Amino acid sequence: MTEPQAGISGDLLDEQLALRLAELTQVCGVSVEQVRAMVAEGMLHPRGTAPEQWVFRGIEVIRVRRALRLQRDLELNLPGTALALELIDEIERLRCRVHRLEQHLGGWLDADA
Amino acid sequence: MEYKDYYKILGVARDASQDDIKRAYRKLARKYHPDVSKEPDAEQHFKEVNEANEVLKDPEKRAQYDALGTGWHAGDEFRPPPGYGAGAGRWQRAERMSPEEAAQFSDFFSSIFGDLGGMGGMGGDGGFGARGGGFAGRGADQTARVRISLEDAYHGATRQLSLEVPEVDAQGRIASRTRTLNVRIPPGVTEGQQIRLAGQAGGGIGGAAGGDLYLEVEFAPHPVFRAEGRDIHLRLPIAPWEAALGATVSVPTLGGKVSLKIPAGAQSSQRLRLKGRGLPGKTPGDEYVQLEIVNPPATSDAARAAFESLAERFKAFNPRAKLGI
Repeated sequence: MTEPQAGISGDLLDEQLALRLAELTQVCGVSVEQVRAMVAEGMLHPRGTAPEQWVFRGIEVIRVRRALRLQRDLELNLPGTALALELIDEIERLRCRVHRLEQHLGGWLDADA
Repeated sequence: MEYKDYYKILGVARDASQDDIKRAYRKLARKYHPDVSKEPDAEQHFKEVNEANEVLKDPEKRAQYDALGTGWHAGDEFRPPPGYGAGAGRWQRAERMSPEEAAQFSDFFSSIFGDLGGMGGMGGDGGFGARGGGFAGRGADQTARVRISLEDAYHGATRQLSLEVPEVDAQGRIASRTRTLNVRIPPGVTEGQQIRLAGQAGGGIGGAAGGDLYLEVEFAPHPVFRAEGRDIHLRLPIAPWEAALGATVSVPTLGGKVSLKIPAGAQSSQRLRLKGRGLPGKTPGDEYVQLEIVNPPATSDAARAAFESLAERFKAFNPRAKLGI
């Protein structure tokens, strides 16, 4: 057990955080080719047209890491990974929606008719 | 340490073919993959399945495992026979293993296949600087969850975390050590967001940087508020006369109490928006207040009389007019 250091801050991987291609590859441990392929597959949506101008959002770090895990663990090819990511996003949206709707339902009592 | 029955974990017979093992692994990997599965113990299951597969898919490792004999049962107290561990399988690397999982292989695994058998995958993503002699390698990334209250998300907070990080000594042996970190959670985080702490997961070899720690933010259920992204939802009970006549009432927000004007003629389920009173951010969230008319109990004669006079006064009112009855 070591003494805790004073509060350290990390990078919040949100919509605001901007990363260049080189930063994204370094953070995620991927090659430029892998990122290009993911962009071509429509899995990532950088701003800017040419790769040198690409700017990614922080949430795309999460996406790349998830894609790598899925590819590796389930031996998916890229289109399969893209599909899995989209389905996972969709499930997430639906879960939130179900959760929201459930909040509105509340309990019920048996009534005499 | 406990003996692990890798065949049982994958649900295959001891004489299963490599194809059977592959099939069983794939099926379980899809079922328990932490990115896909919401089963409660998905992560733990997935780790076990991965470890079992790591051994059984490789005929050499499988043979080594089989050589322990068939007398063992899952959970038996296990001591490796002499000659196991240290050297055996030490230089083998599993390219597909993620650093995250590799670092989490069990002691049982390490006792048979050696530490570096367990750390093998680091070459996969993190990348050993030099393969073979003269190791230098970035540590494995780790993901952890941090559960915070909505208040902490609003104000920001510092949380103390303990995590197990692998440490490599001069002999190349890996031991896990508890590392305590004070992490600042910035104001305005939302559920599911991740914070990346570069180099904080430890495990670097030969002076190389530690792996990155990814903290996934989770909100503890709140007795009053519910968050949806940056927006906050609240059910506000009001009295029937407040709804009918309008009123100014005090409403909790994450930033403290505010006064809310309820318009005359308000109805149950009506939603009022307090702009910018949600979680802070570049575009701060809003607080949505859903009105809920609550009746006082009519248990005393006086209370009943009051409701009766209301009923008398509103004889012509049919709340069910829209239902056609």
